[in-house]
Amino acid sequence: MNFEAIRAIYTFEMARFFRTLAQSFISPVLSTSLYFVVFGTAIGSRIDSVEGVSYGAFIVPGLVMLSVMTQAISNASFGIYFPKFIGTIYELLSAPVNFIEIVIGYVGAAATKSLFIGLVILATSFLFVDITIAHPFAMLAFLVLTCLSFALMGFIIGIWAGNFEQLQLIPLLIVTPLVFLGGSFYSITMLPPIWQQISYFNPVVYLISGFRWSFFGQADVPIAVSLLAIGGFTTLCLAIIWWIFKTGWRIRD
Amino acid sequence: MSSIVSIKGLTKRYASGFEALKGVDLDIEEGEVLALLGPNGAGKTTLISTICGITTATGGSITVGGHDHREAYRKARGLIGLVPQEINLEPFEQVQNTVRFSRGLFGKPRNDAYIAELLETLSLGDKATSQIRELSGGMKRRVLIAKALAHEPRVLFLDEPTAGVDVELRNGMWETVDKLRQQGVTIILTTHYIEEAEAIADRVAVISKGQILLVEEKDSLMARMGQKQLTVELTAPIEAIPDALARPGLELSADKASLIYTYDSTAERKGITALLTDLPAAGLQLRDLQTSQSSLEEIFVSLVHQGDAA
Ligand SMILES: Nc1ncnc2c1ncn2[C@@H]1O[C@H](COP(=O)(O)OP(=O)(O)OP(=O)(O)O)[C@@H](O)[C@H]1O
Ligand SMILES: [Mg+2]
Repeated sequence: MNFEAIRAIYTFEMARFFRTLAQSFISPVLSTSLYFVVFGTAIGSRIDSVEGVSYGAFIVPGLVMLSVMTQAISNASFGIYFPKFIGTIYELLSAPVNFIEIVIGYVGAAATKSLFIGLVILATSFLFVDITIAHPFAMLAFLVLTCLSFALMGFIIGIWAGNFEQLQLIPLLIVTPLVFLGGSFYSITMLPPIWQQISYFNPVVYLISGFRWSFFGQADVPIAVSLLAIGGFTTLCLAIIWWIFKTGWRIRD
Repeated sequence: MSSIVSIKGLTKRYASGFEALKGVDLDIEEGEVLALLGPNGAGKTTLISTICGITTATGGSITVGGHDHREAYRKARGLIGLVPQEINLEPFEQVQNTVRFSRGLFGKPRNDAYIAELLETLSLGDKATSQIRELSGGMKRRVLIAKALAHEPRVLFLDEPTAGVDVELRNGMWETVDKLRQQGVTIILTTHYIEEAEAIADRVAVISKGQILLVEEKDSLMARMGQKQLTVELTAPIEAIPDALARPGLELSADKASLIYTYDSTAERKGITALLTDLPAAGLQLRDLQTSQSSLEEIFVSLVHQGDAA
């Protein structure tokens, strides 16, 4: 294992994050606050409670997940796309590193950034609503796993993307709808049966459900299923990345 | 001397189907400066990229320091530093950070004293904390060299280090190369310019259309370049060179109307006076005289054309 290389990539990426620290936090915190104002206060005041939790509190896990997923994807995809775009990737390809080290460095940094942002959003939400977290460790574990798996997915997108439009495409066309329809703002039990059935094909449902369980002790789907889903998703991403590096797809001529 | 990079039967076919390397064999000796000379599109960058692991070879083998570049890629790549042809740098990074990053990437523990010294030798000492975008083009090129040297490699590839560089900086570059050579670093540089090869290389390899046409000691190439030809046009064609005139280097032209004398222009006694004195004695009369010199440039061009014909 080339630990120096992992450290070099990780610290280099984190340095970029800290250079733009204010920007990195302002936009997610601002948008989350807006969600609270609109959904929590304005609309939420007309909704009594969902599954015994006030609507304002109910949407907290979903909001955190929403930001964490989009941030993890955009950080990781940009992190690996940028060297490709400006050509500095030559260094990565000619260095004595293997794909595991590259992935740990880039994905690790992207996951760390999105974890920070997730925690800051969580802290922000405490300003708006009263919540107690039923299973704090499980909550943290879910958060970390989500950061990691979505950063892995972002890494794949970054390697696949041939230009900046494509970099935005998948998050915009696939991830955002899946996340919004994944029960961020509602319990899927509130949906008509047919839509409930369809929702079970949405992997994000399992993540948000599991995450919400760690807050309130109740979930749309069993917690074990949520864990399996996130484990399966992570494995799938890892397998794709392994294949990418084995074949040199989109990175090596 | 033993070879530190050994390339055998290397082929590279790009996804487009284009065959950029057509069976390259090349042994690079430890400690030498090898100039890889060739026209645009000859395959110089492809060759270097394949050795360094940026592109994958289609066939053939490469060893670096005895390590196979695929099976033992960590050891092989660890010995190599690469200065790419294009200036690829992150504009908002600090000079010393990007050099530090390169060192780490090659598995070497952080050593800020070494990096400070390295930047100093490349006249970048006062730019250590500057952002890349604040540097001139020549400075950026030196940052690339610093990055390539950050992990103390034993083999350094310089892909057109002096393209778009002014005379002063070019001389500085050659000094840097010389310093590195003295430290025992093996250097391979690509160039379009014969003078560059002449100035700093120990050996010259000529590549064209994906094939190595020649690998030769620079000095023996220079000796070939030092050859001049004297053409003696005769008043009447002759059947053969008279015995009285015969000497090494003297030939009859194809149309039998001239004598062609090849001599070493750097030699003390060139034998021209003797030849001209002997002419009347052999019963020949001269109509005209011409001299011509074959330059390395000509050798190069004729080699590349021979390659075309083949
Ligand atoms: N990624 C690629 N896909 C397809 N063909 C390529 C690719 N890269 C290079 N080539 C082709 O391979 C040939 C050799 O290119 P290469 O860059 O190795 O030449 P070079 O000797 O470095 O030229 P120059 O002196 O211009 O830098 C060229 O004909 C080029 O068009
Ligand atoms: Mg080139």
